[in-house]
Amino acid sequence: MTTPAQPTATHVRPNYMLIWLYLFVMTIAEVLLAFELPVSRNLKLILLLVMAIWKAMLVALYFMHLKFERWRLRVIFLVPLPLAAILVTAVIMEKLR
Amino acid sequence: MQTQTMTDAMRPPFPAETGAGVYSNKLGMWVFLASDVMFFTALIGSYIVLRFGMSSPWAQPGAVLNVPLTGLNTFLLICSSVSMVKAYAAIADGKKYFLRKVPGKTLQDGGLKFWMLITIICGAGFVGVQMVEYIKLVGHGFTPAGFREGSLLAEHALADPVKYGAGAAGMYGSTFFTMTGFHGFHVTCGVISMLYLYFTKVLPEKYSAQDYRGIEVIGLYWHFVDLVWIILFTIVYLI
Repeated sequence: MTTPAQPTATHVRPNYMLIWLYLFVMTIAEVLLAFELPVSRNLKLILLLVMAIWKAMLVALYFMHLKFERWRLRVIFLVPLPLAAILVTAVIMEKLR
Repeated sequence: MQTQTMTDAMRPPFPAETGAGVYSNKLGMWVFLASDVMFFTALIGSYIVLRFGMSSPWAQPGAVLNVPLTGLNTFLLICSSVSMVKAYAAIADGKKYFLRKVPGKTLQDGGLKFWMLITIICGAGFVGVQMVEYIKLVGHGFTPAGFREGSLLAEHALADPVKYGAGAAGMYGSTFFTMTGFHGFHVTCGVISMLYLYFTKVLPEKYSAQDYRGIEVIGLYWHFVDLVWIILFTIVYLI
């Protein structure tokens, strides 16, 4: 007889609908910023990237529950990020050579 | 008897105790997602290098691609992500049912069966809208090789080469279809997996508040697919 593994859900559950609302509002803001607001191209680029990363972090932290996981598990997801940065930087450097 | 002993000795302990302190299915999914991060980074990194390394300007946002339609798709995927996490929360509370009347509340309470179905519908909707988008784009002359000769987009590109990025159309087409295509493939795999779970595990009520590993693991995959789309939508459609 095996014991079923208990998924760990000991934390206070976040308000998922509020996160959804944040994501929805930020998506509308992104589209408005991209097409309607008279902002310089560089500022627009930075703002759009910041908003995209913010939205992605909301999904990772609250929907994927990374905020409530142990550091040992978070590291698995975080390790590829510097590797990814190195990969992109290396390709850009190669292009610039 | 000897064979039986060998079989037992070979069987891994369950629940598996791993270094990360989680059950093995979940650890496996996280390791897969870590590898998928590198996969999509390679695609996005190549896109950035190709786009900003080209001397010819890229097509302006909204000139070729249908942003309102893709905005609708983004909305569908965000909705599917929240319904997935609601399915997770429902089964964690032991709610296996579809909908149930709650005393004193107008809206019925959704259980695992309800939220999983919503997730599958939204996911399938995303794939459907992406198919429509592809058909329309190819119909207008936007292909992985660039603008098809004699097409509507080729004519527009001739009239306004800067707005439509005529000089970089081939590169634009190949990177666009590669990135969105691979993402669409991920979504399709997710929908098929969820359909399988729905008919083999969710409807027969095999998950419970004590064991809902399948829902948590497929949920992780599904949220990751949503996360990747959030980045792709901004980079490909808005910038």
